[in-house]
Parts: sequence; structure tokens; C-alpha cells
Amino acid sequence: MQQVFKRPESLKDVQTHFCPGCHHGTIHRLVADAMDLYGVQDKTIGVASVGCSVFLYGYFDIDVVEAPHGRAPAVATGVKRAKPDNFVFTYQGDGDLAAIGTAEIIHAANRGEDITVVFVNNTTYGMTGGQMAPTTLVGQKTSTSPYGRDKSKDGSPIRMAELMAQLGGVAYSARVAVDSPKHVLEAKKVMREAFGYQAEGKGFSFVEVLSSCPTNWGMNPLKANARVGEEMIPYFPLGIFKKEEA
Amino acid sequence: MSKRLFVKGNEAAAMGAVEAGCRYYFGYPITPQSDIPEYLSRELPKLNGEFIQAESEIGAINMLLGASACGVRAMTSSSSPGISLKQEGISYMAGAELPGVIINISRSGPGLGGIDASQSDYFQSVKGGGHGGYHIPVLAPNSVQEMYDLTMHAFDLADLYRTPVMLLGDSVIGQMKEALIPNARPARELPGKEWAVRGKSGAEQRVVKSLFLGDGELEAHNWRLHAKYQVMKEKECISEEYETADARLIVTGFGSVARIAHTAVTMAREEGMKVSLFRPVTLFPFPEKAIAEAAGRAGKVLVVELNTGQMVEDVRLSVGAAAQVSFYGRPPGAGSLPSPEELLEVIRKHYDDTAR
Repeated sequence: MQQVFKRPESLKDVQTHFCPGCHHGTIHRLVADAMDLYGVQDKTIGVASVGCSVFLYGYFDIDVVEAPHGRAPAVATGVKRAKPDNFVFTYQGDGDLAAIGTAEIIHAANRGEDITVVFVNNTTYGMTGGQMAPTTLVGQKTSTSPYGRDKSKDGSPIRMAELMAQLGGVAYSARVAVDSPKHVLEAKKVMREAFGYQAEGKGFSFVEVLSSCPTNWGMNPLKANARVGEEMIPYFPLGIFKKEEA
Repeated sequence: MSKRLFVKGNEAAAMGAVEAGCRYYFGYPITPQSDIPEYLSRELPKLNGEFIQAESEIGAINMLLGASACGVRAMTSSSSPGISLKQEGISYMAGAELPGVIINISRSGPGLGGIDASQSDYFQSVKGGGHGGYHIPVLAPNSVQEMYDLTMHAFDLADLYRTPVMLLGDSVIGQMKEALIPNARPARELPGKEWAVRGKSGAEQRVVKSLFLGDGELEAHNWRLHAKYQVMKEKECISEEYETADARLIVTGFGSVARIAHTAVTMAREEGMKVSLFRPVTLFPFPEKAIAEAAGRAGKVLVVELNTGQMVEDVRLSVGAAAQVSFYGRPPGAGSLPSPEELLEVIRKHYDDTAR
């Protein structure tokens, strides 16, 4: 009998702590799939950030360095420069990457560090309890924007994948979602492509993944999943914004 | 015989780092330490090393964290306001027990302050400058030669204790030129780095982290760090004593001001006063026992600092009731450095009190 589906080698056989309906589990799987594809599990060093994704080392069977909030791209820079033959990726949320870590992500990208950044955008701070993030949509209510995000006071949500595409050092930048089987398959292809850029030494690659956060959105998993398509994708369009040929 | 060079203190520190095997440097420009990144930006590429001018001090310390996590010798340097920004990363490195060397060619504050020589970062350096309750070894060179030698020593301490180590100087030490004999790094037996990430290569996963959420984990971690600091206190104190045997007054200070005090003590000796100099070289661990012994013999200690009184607190804690401790401080300002004559006058005053 042929086995057609199994857990990626790079993932541990453990239960995650993520809430029901959270997309982190799916995104973890896509990252592990890409690592398996290039056979880099044994030479990968992951950089964990602060937030729900900090427990990276509990789920991926790889070496991991934990970074302070927002600093993962700087930590990954140090790792990659010290270990240029290793495979290095960061996995960061939107508060981490697009607020407190803005300087680190922009400059690591602009230097063209040969790393891959997985950016999980769920329009809120998950672990701290659903506060307004730099990606929170205008009008969206959070625990620190109880009247809804006000563009005139809080500014507009930042479209990171497009912003990354503007930087000279970036070889690949894309945005995907995992709210439907079709989107998951597309995301899988993009994640593989992004990791391939590093595997072939082509430079900085960036994948933004739209994710649900049912708990902090105050929705059940199905409604939260539907919100990704109904509210997020119209503002955060899916696509590949930069794909530099080597 | 080793060659003699004539270099700046900052350059000597950079040369010491290279001699110690440091091939990775991450920094950001700030006066008065920029000679360090300038030197290393020139030299490290020749040695297949990496130099990165980071986007910020925060970026630089986190690059250091990443490189150190891979087990290589790496360094950053800055000056006071930049060191404040690095404190987040230093706390994480202390928590994750990562080695690394941080040079602070300090300036005066608070805030933007000024660029005068100052010793106002003593508290920040020795009491754990970031959050969470930790210590890091702090070395205070007082010459170009010591900038070189102590930088090499800092790398060894960092690897031996798996801790960030700070070299605390100021513009006097960093900018002055003196003769330097670039000695080879003394051999010291150091533990392997079986904790460093490398890509698991079919073996056990390695994780470098400072988050401990398991029941009792963090408490145990804190006590283990505390025990490490006790070992440092037992084994790693360095101090220098000058003419302490018959002294009735001990002058003490660290770094640049100790150079001036040394001259003042010599002048006082010429006048027949039994005055000595005690210079802590390690500020953490503070040479508590050595200063307590010297102070106990003399009965009186005069602490001199380029601030309004910081190290004096550690002197008082060390000496206890064994000696009377007084303080002379010169926080930075225009023409701020005290002259040997100025310190001699202070010594005379305190020595006269002793005689009475």
C-alpha cells in the first residue's frame, strides 16, 4: 500500500497549543513541507520571535534561536553570517515584524540577507490578548481600539509584502492565505518557492500569510476562517509582488 | 621580543579582539568609539570575517546574539546612549547564557549629555543594566595596553561562564595613544560549545532561549545564574595595588581617573604621606575582599570617580565598618578632568584628617 499523506519530517509528533481554528498549525506544516522538499531539516536554524509563535522549537524538529520581540531578522542576520552554509528562517507575527521590529525587517531585507522570513498576519496581537496591530483593518474593533481602528488617529494597516517588494535586497515577496484548500495549495507552492530562493542562494525571501485568530476576533473558527476571505483579502491582496530572476 | 606599536586605546581593543579570534563584529557609529568599527571594517574582511554596520544598536546587539548562538566569537561596541539601547539584547543574552563582548567607551549623561570622559555608567554596567536581575563581568582598563589585554580576557571570560562581558572605558582610555605590546593571547582552558546551534545534523535538537515557563524552571534557572555569579566573585576578581603596605589612606578609583590618582599618590608619597592606590580592574565581580583587607589596614579610604558617587557604594558595602570611606566626585562638564594637583589637594585634606 502506498502512503500518500504523512506528517512532514521537520515537524514533531506533538499537539500544538494553538487555539481551535488558528492557522498557525497549517502554516507550520507548509514551512515544514518546504524544508523537507529541499532536505534542509538537518542544517536549518530557525529564529523564533515573541508571540504565539515563540514555541517554534516545540513543533519543529530543528535547531532554534529565540529572538527578542521584533529582533528576529537581526538575530537571523548574525546566525546566517556566522553559518552561511546553514538554512535560516524567521517566523514572526504582525506586531513583532510590522510594529516593534520594523527597523530590523526593513534593514535585513535591504541588505539582502540570504534568509527566509515567514510573516503571519492575523490583524491583531494574539498572545497578549487581541490588541490593535499595525495590520488591524480600519474599523476593526480590538481591545485597544474599542471604537474600531480610526484611520485619522491610528493610521492605515501596513501592507508588508508590497513594502518588502520595494527594497533592493529582496529577491522574493509574496502574500498567501490558508483559508481554503485552493489557497493552501497555492501557499504551499509559494512557500516552496520562497525557501527555494534561499536553497539556491538567491537572496532574501518573504512570505506573508494571512491567518485567522478566532479567539481574539471573538468569532468561532468557521466565521473567523470566512473573515479572511471577506475582509482581509480585499485589503491584503494575494499574489507574488517580487520574483527576481537570479 | 614582541614589537611595540603606538596606537589608540580603541584600536588596541579592536586588535585584542582579532587576536582573541573574534571574526564577527556588529556595530553602529557613535563617538567616541568609532575607531573600533572603523578598524574592524578594514581588518575583518581580510580574515574572512564579517563586519556589519547595523541599522541601530538594537540591531547590532541582536546580530551579536545570533552569531554567539552559533558558537563563534563575536563583539559589538558603543558608547553610553547606544549601550542603553543594547540593554534589551544583553538581558536576553544573559538569560540565554550566550557569550559575547560589548565595549562601552562611555560618555557623559544623562540623556544626550556630552562626549566628555565620564564614569556615570558604573551602575548600569555592574548592577545588570537591563531587566530581569542578572550580572555580567565588567572590566575597566586604564591604559592602551589593558584595552588590548582585557579585551582578550573578556572573550575568555565570556566563553568560560557563557555570559556577555563588558569592557568599560571612556574617551581618555579610548582616544589616547600609548605604546602597545601586542602579546599573544594567554592560553586558558575553555569548555566546548555543545550548546551552540549548528543545524541538528541528525543529532538532538538544540535550542538557545531565555523563556522558561515550566513549573519551577525559571526559579531554578535564576538560582543557577546566581551560583555562577558567586563563582565569578570567588575566582575572577582582579585589582591592582600600589604602595598599600604601609598606607594610612587608600585612594581608589577605576579606569581613567585611576591614572590621574596614580600620579597624585606618587606626588603625595614624595611629600612623605603614606598614601596608596587601590584600583579595581574587575568592577563586577567587585574585588570586595581585596579592598576590605587593604582598607582594614589603612583605616581610611578615599573614592574618586568621574560622577557623583557610584562605585563608592560598592566600596562601602565591601569595607563595612573596617574603614572610614569618603568620596570625591567630578561629574563631567567643561574641562572636567581633575588634575593630579587637584587630587593631591584632596588627598592632603583627607590625610591631614587622618593625622589628627
